[in-house]
Amino acid sequence: MRLRAVQLLVLALLIGFWYVTTKPGLLPNFYFDKDNRAAFFFGEPQKVFWIVVVWFWSGEIFQHLGITLLETALGFVIGAIFGLAMGLWLGLSSSASAVMDPYIKGLNSMPRVVLAPIFAVWFGLGIWSKVALGVTLVFFVVFFNVYQGVREVSPTLIANARMLGASRGQLLRSIYLPAAMSWVFASLHNAVGLAFVGAVVGEYLGSARGVGYLILQAEGTFDINTVLAGILVLTAFALVLDAVVGLIERRLMVWQPKASETEPT
Amino acid sequence: MSALAPALALDDITCRFAAREGGQPYTAVAHATLTVAAGEFVSVVGPTGCGKSTLLNVGAGLLAPSSGTVDIFGQRLIAANGVNRRAGYMFQADALMPWRTGIDNVTAGLEFRGVSRSEARQRGAEWLRRVGLAGFGDRYPHQMSGGMRKRLALAQTLILSPDILLMDEPFSALDVQTRQLMENELLALWAEDRKSVLFVTHDLDEAIALSDRVVVLSAGPATRPIADFKVDLPRPRDVSEIRMTPAFIALHREIWGAMKEEVLKAYERQKAA
Repeated sequence: MRLRAVQLLVLALLIGFWYVTTKPGLLPNFYFDKDNRAAFFFGEPQKVFWIVVVWFWSGEIFQHLGITLLETALGFVIGAIFGLAMGLWLGLSSSASAVMDPYIKGLNSMPRVVLAPIFAVWFGLGIWSKVALGVTLVFFVVFFNVYQGVREVSPTLIANARMLGASRGQLLRSIYLPAAMSWVFASLHNAVGLAFVGAVVGEYLGSARGVGYLILQAEGTFDINTVLAGILVLTAFALVLDAVVGLIERRLMVWQPKASETEPT
Repeated sequence: MSALAPALALDDITCRFAAREGGQPYTAVAHATLTVAAGEFVSVVGPTGCGKSTLLNVGAGLLAPSSGTVDIFGQRLIAANGVNRRAGYMFQADALMPWRTGIDNVTAGLEFRGVSRSEARQRGAEWLRRVGLAGFGDRYPHQMSGGMRKRLALAQTLILSPDILLMDEPFSALDVQTRQLMENELLALWAEDRKSVLFVTHDLDEAIALSDRVVVLSAGPATRPIADFKVDLPRPRDVSEIRMTPAFIALHREIWGAMKEEVLKAYERQKAA
């Protein structure tokens, strides 16, 4: 509880600082030469707050948020599945990984956001170009973690399962997959954020709906308050998605030892 | 398959490992011949790092020897075609699946062999009881002590009722008291159906207390058996009590006489390296 209180205090201080420095006429001008300039460039917290309230009150935001979340979820799931499959394949087959190594490295070091215009041409301005961008971002994070996870499975564990009679498929299911899962979940927290980046950047570059589209529209009219409101909504939902991943992780990873765990009596 | 064929026959085994960059190839085991008769408990002792585990891995079919042959009850074992299906292997390191509960670890082998889930559960519970872990089946390995994990590993191996039991210093990580308890439990379980056991250890006390025969290995590299001692102490034995008997002490002195030189040799080599 104390922790929460301190966290809220930090938030209150930040918003207070924002309010005090941007409120026209409250403080003497120390950088801008006109009273309302700070508000013009940095927005005002109470206005941002009311924009968010009106969005949710009128329901206007839901179609945009729904689209963005759908793109994020699709990008995340497809990217994670591809990453898991490729990570398992290359992690288990050293010949395949030797062949693919330079290509994977090359694709990973490429700034993939520049692919967005190409995806827009290939997949159109609907959701799929955004999903594709999210997939390229999510894929590599998950892939590298799974690849690493598979390669670091204890050889004793594999030898033991083989002695107990496990076939190749059973080894994959009973040893490699669960061993890779802890690495997968470590990467999924990053991946959720990246799926969001893919969706919003994609919308920003060309779309008719979505939170990124709202932000783009607002920016066109120098409406900083609406831009910031969009960013806040996105941040809040990124936190929610991260919490969902955390929840699933705790469900699936009950076997993991927690630091200094004691039994409740 | 002849009835007289030994359970495990390692014949003229040599294991050479490819050199790491720039070094010489390393010969862990050279011209080693070792047999374990059906129902016999054989211990292999030798200085640390002398290739004892290498011999076990060859016997398990996990490692193909550079030369030499392995026969299991008279049948040739080719490592490339899969592991030794008639052997159970207890590893030195922890080999339990951390993501499976106790009972799921014990029944893993049955599951791999396609035994139905209900039957596997039933037999798993029975084995948990036999190793003194009844009621701990829903715990994960990290929630158990070292001794409990070893007993779980023992149940995991024995539930498949292997004809040959390969054990690689299975109790070396345990404290002395737990270790003697485990050794007694192992002897009791072994006495029930007399599997063939190849038990690797660096502890001569443990080897003599458990075995019918103790084989002494030379210091590595190029390890091979150099002496073979029959242990004709009466069974059933209690490992903590048998250590005090004059017969045990005499045997210990005799085997240690053969082993001492090799231990010193290994020590000198490690110091020089």
